[in-house]
Amino acid sequence: MSENILELKKISKSFSGVEVLHEVAFALHPGEVHALLGENGAGKSTLVKIITGVHQPDAGEIYLNGEPVHFSDARDSRQAGIAAIYQELSLFPDLDVAENIFVGRQPLTFGGRVDWRRLYAEAGKLLDSLGVKLDLKQKARTLSIAQQQMVEIARAFSINAQILIMDEPTSSLTLHEVDDLFRLVRRLREDGTAIIFISHRLEELSALADRVTVLRDGAYVDTKPMKEVTRDDLIRMMVGRTITNLFPKQDVRVGDVVLKVENLTRAGSFYDVSFELRRGEILGLAGLVGAGRTNVARAIFGVETPTSGRIQIEGRQVAITSPQQAIGLGLAYVPEDRQLHGLIPAMPLTPNISLPTLHEHARSGWLQDKSERKSAYEAALQMEVRAHNMWQFARELSGGNQQKVVLAKWLSTKPRILILDEPTRGIDVGTKAAVHGLMSKLAAEGMAILMISSELPEILGMSDRVIVMREGHVTGHFSRAEATQENIISAATQDVTIGSVQ
Amino acid sequence: MTVQNPPAIQTSVSRNGLLWTLIRFREAGISLFILLLVVAVTLRAPSFLTVDNFQDILLNISILAIVALAQTMVIITHGIDLSVSSMIGLVAMMVAFVVKQYPEMPVILPVLLGMALGAVLGSFNGLIITFGKVPPIIATLGTLSIYRGLVFFYSQGTWINSFELPASFKLLSKGTPLGLPNMVIIALFVAVIVYYFLNYTRTGRDIFAVGSNPDAAQFAGIRKQRITFLVYLISGLLSGLAAVLWVSRFESAQTNTALGFELQTVAASVVGGVSISGGVGTVSGVLLGALLLGIIQNSLTLIRISPFWQLAAQGLLILIAVISDKWILSRVERTKT
Repeated sequence: MSENILELKKISKSFSGVEVLHEVAFALHPGEVHALLGENGAGKSTLVKIITGVHQPDAGEIYLNGEPVHFSDARDSRQAGIAAIYQELSLFPDLDVAENIFVGRQPLTFGGRVDWRRLYAEAGKLLDSLGVKLDLKQKARTLSIAQQQMVEIARAFSINAQILIMDEPTSSLTLHEVDDLFRLVRRLREDGTAIIFISHRLEELSALADRVTVLRDGAYVDTKPMKEVTRDDLIRMMVGRTITNLFPKQDVRVGDVVLKVENLTRAGSFYDVSFELRRGEILGLAGLVGAGRTNVARAIFGVETPTSGRIQIEGRQVAITSPQQAIGLGLAYVPEDRQLHGLIPAMPLTPNISLPTLHEHARSGWLQDKSERKSAYEAALQMEVRAHNMWQFARELSGGNQQKVVLAKWLSTKPRILILDEPTRGIDVGTKAAVHGLMSKLAAEGMAILMISSELPEILGMSDRVIVMREGHVTGHFSRAEATQENIISAATQDVTIGSVQ
Repeated sequence: MTVQNPPAIQTSVSRNGLLWTLIRFREAGISLFILLLVVAVTLRAPSFLTVDNFQDILLNISILAIVALAQTMVIITHGIDLSVSSMIGLVAMMVAFVVKQYPEMPVILPVLLGMALGAVLGSFNGLIITFGKVPPIIATLGTLSIYRGLVFFYSQGTWINSFELPASFKLLSKGTPLGLPNMVIIALFVAVIVYYFLNYTRTGRDIFAVGSNPDAAQFAGIRKQRITFLVYLISGLLSGLAAVLWVSRFESAQTNTALGFELQTVAASVVGGVSISGGVGTVSGVLLGALLLGIIQNSLTLIRISPFWQLAAQGLLILIAVISDKWILSRVERTKT
């Protein structure tokens, strides 16, 4: 029994009558990296929150070092040596980097006042040891997502936990940042820390994890040593069926140029970006986080104003100054941060989906309820959104389902040009395949798709052509045949001064 | 081609130089506005820029500053306390009655009594909001009426007048044993304590954390409910202190004491840069906010704006101050990225 540092037995939990965990078992050995796998909605995040005391189980027992424990809040579990990095970033946007690391347990002087000098010194030392360069006094609000993640990781590390839980720490990191993270995780494991690691990227799990536990629909499926299972085994365990084709991009006849971008520049964020996008084509936009890809997309969609350059849509020169205008021109943009830009969490599904098309459901200013409901329902059905009903709040859905709602919302505008920014970040294999299937179908129907992605398999699997950006410049342009992992990585990380790969 | 090392995670661009430091100083906007206003008013009415007049202004804003600081702590947690004016009215009436009954007691006792009574009223707000799970704006809107109603109930509609209060109590706010009126010194003392509390105690930092991201605060093991309760308690406590000073300064307690004052405290906070969506606010900003409000009130009288127009002019100036502050801030943000 005591070989387990943490053991959960028959844990059950319901939220408002819906059982999200049913008699789940889980055992963690000291000094192992234990992967926790399952589709979105399988109950992983809830299980994590039970371990950290944020939620309390309705039934079941938790043993820590063989002793039964009960955590009534996050403070209890932290005192017991459990630290967690949650899926939703849990930083304080108005506090600076250093304070975010030590929030709730700032170092004190003998007099009991907050010792700011020591706080900054220790935060600096910690970030140095992690190899992260950040301005300690910068407000978290102004950090990029990858930088925010680094702060979260630093916070978890600073607790010196005996158990560290990482809920999708890599979903917004680039390859190199992931490598850095893995190095840290391995170092912690050597120090004897037990790590629960949640990720949807199966490739990285097989490289990192010692054992894997799979959940499906809130129930325990199995625990196996990582070496004894293949990727296909894991997918089968997770979805209960076999997904044969993960990247089902069909070959379609590519049509006319619909979007032409010439020397588009926004001083300070991207320079001289040129490309063409044709009907039926999926153009992959690869690169590291912060390379300026999202800014290009936002400039095309009229959110940011370019300082120079030209945009042509269907042969016509346009100056897009607002998203409304962009929508009118047949553009749709599905942003990266669906919580922040894509959804209104406190609104039900129907108004969320019908938001960009409201005018179509209005007669002289009055909303026609019936037509709004009907078209929203059809869009949700087409995207296979899993929800109780159309009046469920968007925030109650799992991440994958939220992403489907965002897609449903934009597809209801019937765009001719679709810009997808990290379309499958943080969503599970099953939903991912559904999203990819849909993209392929849309392209086959003649839609032109610009897809920003940091996930190489996705870029390689889905794109007809790939352009690569680094530090605001286009550094590579590859056809499907030329696009290999090596080519893309080297273009994404090369020195800009060397010149572009054409 | 070789694959280069990845760039380290970007550090933010930090700029130096006097101008930059000045702009980065969060209170730059409001300070500038105050300066312009002082120059403009002095040109019209030279008597404005005198020591006497400024002492008058300070005396006038001391109570506002104390309650605005309390309001600020509440707003930082993403709450609001609309009941401060009624708490002042109720405590003022109760303390005045006690002082009238026992004119011989040392002045520190009514001060402590007022703070204790205020703390009780504030705790009641805190309980409704934390245990009752009522949104702060609704909860304190309710107690705004309840506490004001209790003033009538308690006083039976009567007033306490100047001749019923002992001289020592009246001097509590206006005496100048330390050079400045006591009330100004008390307000500064409160400001120092609040500054220390907000910046140098864990509980103070928790207030910012709760307002900045309540869910994350819970994940970080901060007891959110406890913090919420605490800020409403403090709000009551400081309103109680303000009530005692109010009775001492105006030498009376009336059923309509401090009526409508809650909006001034919110205005001082917001003008001083406190974000109504929580997580942001500084003591220096709020003090400047209260000062600006005081200067506006004072100067409108001095340059003989008709009293009919004063209220509207006051509102207009507040809006201009907030808008110019936002504008300056957005310019700063833009140059940063």
